[in-house]
Amino acid sequence: MIEVSEVNKKFGKLEVLKNVNLSCKKGECIALIGPNGCGKTTLIKSVLGMVLPDKGTITFNEKSIKNEYLYRQNIGYMPQIGRYPDTMTIGQVIEMIKTIRNSTEVLDEDLIKAFELEKMFDKQMRTLSGGTTQKVSATLAFLFNPDVLILDEPTAGLDPLASEILKEKIIKEKEKGKLILITSHLLSELDDLITEIIFMQEGEVHFHKKVATLLEETNETKISKAIASVLKNKNKNE
Amino acid sequence: MNRIIKIILSDILKNKIVLAFTLILAVLSWSSFALEDNSSKGLLTILNVILFTVPLVSILFATIYLYNSAEFIELLLSQPIKRVKIWMSLFIGLSSSMVIAFLIGAGIPLLIYSPNAVGFMMISVGSIISIVFVALAFLSSIVTRDKAKGIGIAIMIWLFFALLFDGLVLFLLFQFADYPIEKAMVGITALSPIDLARIQILLHLDVSAMMGYTGAIFKDFFGTMTGLIISFLLLCLWAIIPFFISLRKFKNKDL
Repeated sequence: MIEVSEVNKKFGKLEVLKNVNLSCKKGECIALIGPNGCGKTTLIKSVLGMVLPDKGTITFNEKSIKNEYLYRQNIGYMPQIGRYPDTMTIGQVIEMIKTIRNSTEVLDEDLIKAFELEKMFDKQMRTLSGGTTQKVSATLAFLFNPDVLILDEPTAGLDPLASEILKEKIIKEKEKGKLILITSHLLSELDDLITEIIFMQEGEVHFHKKVATLLEETNETKISKAIASVLKNKNKNE
Repeated sequence: MNRIIKIILSDILKNKIVLAFTLILAVLSWSSFALEDNSSKGLLTILNVILFTVPLVSILFATIYLYNSAEFIELLLSQPIKRVKIWMSLFIGLSSSMVIAFLIGAGIPLLIYSPNAVGFMMISVGSIISIVFVALAFLSSIVTRDKAKGIGIAIMIWLFFALLFDGLVLFLLFQFADYPIEKAMVGITALSPIDLARIQILLHLDVSAMMGYTGAIFKDFFGTMTGLIISFLLLCLWAIIPFFISLRKFKNKDL
C-alpha cells in the first residue's frame, strides 16, 4: 500500500533520512520505533507530502505521491503535537475540516462521543490542555474512515482512560483490515496492538520484522524486552 | 477552493483590524473632501493616504496574518488539498479583503466627490497597490520562518518603496542634473510600484502643470494611452511576480 524506496532527506547539513526503504501492506499494524531524533516524524511527514524528500520515491497504492494530493483522502493523520488556529473552538475546527473535505461518506464520530468532546465544543483551541488537543487530533484522524491511519505518538499526553479508549479504537480499525502506522516510545502499550515492528536509528531502518519472528528470535515474550535484547546484541557486535 | 476562501474571509472579518482600517480610510477620505472647498485638493490628500497607509497596512497585516496561519496551513496540508490551492486561497482571501476595505473606505467618497477619470484612476490604482503589497507580504513571509525577521523584512520593503526610493531618485536627479536623464527617470520609476502609482495619478491632476521639464517628459510618456497601459501592466507585474516567486517557494517548503 505504501512503498518507500531509497528516500533521502537533509535538513541543512543534518542527514535525517538515509536511504530508507519500506513497504507497508493492508491489514498490518506497524510500530515505528527508535530513539529521539532518528527521523520517524520526518519519514511520516514525507509520506504525507509535508516534507519533500531530496531523493527517492514514495508510492501510495502503486502511484507516486509526488505532486499528488488526492491520496491524502485515504490517510488519517494524528500529529505528535497538534497545532490548530488559536481562536477557533473545537466545534469550529471539526466543522471546518468537514467543510473542506466535503465528503459524502458516513463520518466516524465514535471518538467524539467516547472522549465526550461535545461538552467542550465551544472551548477555544488555545485554552485546551495538551491531552485535550490530542483528543481533537485523534478524532480528526479517524473522522473520515481512512484506509490508512498514521498516528504519531498517539498516547503521549493522554490520561489512562483516554488512552485505553484510543487503543480500543485502533484495535477496532485494525480488525477492519486497515493499515495502521504508529510511532511510540511506550513499548509496553503496543504489545496487544501491533503485528510488525520497524526500528529506526540515525535516519536508517535498522530492521523491519514481524512481531512473532522478533519474539522467536530473541526468546522473549514482551516486545520491550525483545527490543532491548536486540539492542544489547548489536552493541556487543560493535 | 471557494470553501477555503470563505473560511479565510470569515476569519479575517472576525479579526476586526480590516474593519478598523476601512473606518480609518473612510474618516480620512470624507474629511479631506469635506475640509477642502476644491475637490482636487482633497484628491491630493487622498493620494498621500493611498501611497502611505494602504501599502503599509496591506503588507503588515498580510505578513502577520500569514505567520499566524502557520497552524492553519499545516492542518490543511494533511488534508487532500493541493499546496497551490492553499496558497492561492490565502492570497485571494487577503487581497480581496484589503481591496474591499479600500473600496468601501476610500472608493465611495471618491466616487461621490470626484466622479471623473481621475477618481476612477485613483480607485483602480489604490486597489492594485493593495494587491501589490499583499503579494510582497507573501514573499517576505516565505523567505524566513522567523516571524520577527519576516515582519522586519515587510517593514523594510515598505520603508524602501515609500520613503527611500524617492530619496534615491532625488539624489540621482541632483547628481546627474547636467545630463539629459529625463528619459531614464521614466524607466527608473518602473522599479517602484508606489512611484508608478503616484506619477500616474499626479499626471491626471492639474498640479502636473507645475512639474517642469521632467514633468513634461513624464506626461509625454505616461499621458498617452500606451504609456498608461504599460504602467498599469507594470503595476500588475509587481503583484504577479512576487506572488509567483512565493508560490514556487511554498510548493517546495518542508512543514
